[in-house]
Amino acid sequence: MEIPYIVEPRQDTGLNNGKLGIWLFLASEVMLFGALFAAYIMMRVGGPTWPLGASILNVPMATLNTLVLITSSITMVMAWASLMRRNYSAYQLYMFATVGLGLVFLTVKYFEYGHKFHDGLYPSTSTFLAIYFTLTGLHMLHVIAGMVVITYFALAGRSMFRKNPQWLTNRVENTGLFWHFVDLVWIFLFPVLYLM
Amino acid sequence: MTNHAEAIDQHIRTYLLVFGSLIVLTLLTVGSWHFLHLPIGPHIAVALIIATIKATLVACFFMHLISERKLILAVLALTVVFFFVLLLLPVMTSLGDQVGH
Repeated sequence: MEIPYIVEPRQDTGLNNGKLGIWLFLASEVMLFGALFAAYIMMRVGGPTWPLGASILNVPMATLNTLVLITSSITMVMAWASLMRRNYSAYQLYMFATVGLGLVFLTVKYFEYGHKFHDGLYPSTSTFLAIYFTLTGLHMLHVIAGMVVITYFALAGRSMFRKNPQWLTNRVENTGLFWHFVDLVWIFLFPVLYLM
Repeated sequence: MTNHAEAIDQHIRTYLLVFGSLIVLTLLTVGSWHFLHLPIGPHIAVALIIATIKATLVACFFMHLISERKLILAVLALTVVFFFVLLLLPVMTSLGDQVGH
């Protein structure tokens, strides 16, 4: 059976079902991270003292990671633009570049976490570190999830491209929406945790 | 077909411009923290304003919200309302405590 409205938009919504689905999912993600940001504000305002993030965390490493994620957003959007041009090899290259940049992000985070654990700084050490590890850990899980999906479409995309290129283009656009959301969350996490 | 290709080229030019702006704004965030040494209140305000501009650029251009259907904008508007309610919950709770005392 054919799945309806994966390429052409539905008349009532004006959208294909995949796009509406991913936006509803992202709305729920806003509430998930929103709850944690609210918890951060409550703990920060309510606590007798609050450390300056930069006195505990590594700002240059986080700056590098910010630049890496922004670059991965442009490679992701270029992958979609390549599919719009029906250029599959460029698409695949940009998808692998995005996954590679995701790996760089995770490697930098690995070293950051490693330094903290080496210095005896754990989530149980302080309220600040508890919310730091929770927010960045949850964000990291999203990076990993995005990388899994992008790798899947980079590897399995060729047969989809041959069968129905516009469907693959829509699916990659939806994957990109998730990836840009992950970038967007980091855009707030960076100043809130590291610079304030 | 030429029009389609031109439209994609225009998209790519916009993406590259947004990418450059995001890099500059990131450096501006770190630069203001490193060099200006503002008091904590103005410092938080500057950092959050720059972050909001960056997030708006990503949402509008990379996520195509600038040309998106009204239904998605409506879903997001509703999400924003609930997001602010969520952020204000701690404040409302503490106000409730004060009234209780």
